[in-house]
Amino acid sequence: MDHMSGSMGYVSVAPVEIERPESSEAPFEVPEPDVPWVTLVHNDPVNLMSYVTYVFQTYFGYSKGKATKLMKDVHYKGRAVVSSGTREEMERDVQAMHGYGLWATMSQDR
Amino acid sequence: MGRRRSRAGYFEPVSGGGAAIALDEVEISILRSLAVQLLELIGPGDQPAGADEDPLAQLFAEGPTKPPDDPALARLFPDAYEEPSDASEFRRYTENDLRSRKREDALAMVRVLDSGGPVLTLSAEEARQWLGGLNDLRLTIGTRLEVTEDESNELYHLPDSDSRKPLVMAYLWLGGLQESLVETLLG
Repeated sequence: MDHMSGSMGYVSVAPVEIERPESSEAPFEVPEPDVPWVTLVHNDPVNLMSYVTYVFQTYFGYSKGKATKLMKDVHYKGRAVVSSGTREEMERDVQAMHGYGLWATMSQDR
Repeated sequence: MGRRRSRAGYFEPVSGGGAAIALDEVEISILRSLAVQLLELIGPGDQPAGADEDPLAQLFAEGPTKPPDDPALARLFPDAYEEPSDASEFRRYTENDLRSRKREDALAMVRVLDSGGPVLTLSAEEARQWLGGLNDLRLTIGTRLEVTEDESNELYHLPDSDSRKPLVMAYLWLGGLQESLVETLLG
């Protein structure tokens, strides 16, 4: 119990200045549609380096050099962004990667 | 000039983007058995009751919303999102298609293996399916064996008496087959 029994506590009668956040037009956290999504491929101990490179070349049409670099990023850094675009496009890419047996996820690139 | 003979146990390119390999009877029978086991593992997928009788119901059937309990299946059908509700929604609409594709790949392996050896000739499409099937087999066996990237892993130095030894041998053999098929297809 506090010592303000009978009162309503501290009630200010002064006009309240409502603090509005800067982004008052977006009161809810709605991801902006133009923020791209990305497909991430994660390293795993089974997939062959040559096979991962093959998938990047065949599915994305990347050059051997680019595909090899991405494969090495996956292998040595644990994961790599392999494509970016709309959510629908990335869902297609992730599903394709799963089809090839690569461990892939997607997320919004913030 | 004589015809170039296939180097036993390795893929060689054939015209039209395909590949050929010479395997002996034992190898063919082991590979077939592994592909059939993969088909059994993948299964028909979760289908609503009565789906068999109604092709339309099957067409619009929704897939599962949770990852498979079996670790090998969970590796074959991973989550697409880190966020569970997004992952679940994505899985519901895609896992059945993914299962179909993996089933088709394994079936393509069985069909070619049943066509008779010793030289098996794969079309470009069959070669692509074999690559997928070989990879799914390695993912499955690799998960069962709990392989790591560490080459000093005890798995690769097992005594002959260890019950895992045959599976490790199969895993390494499949890796060699897949590597040789990738090299063949990339030219």
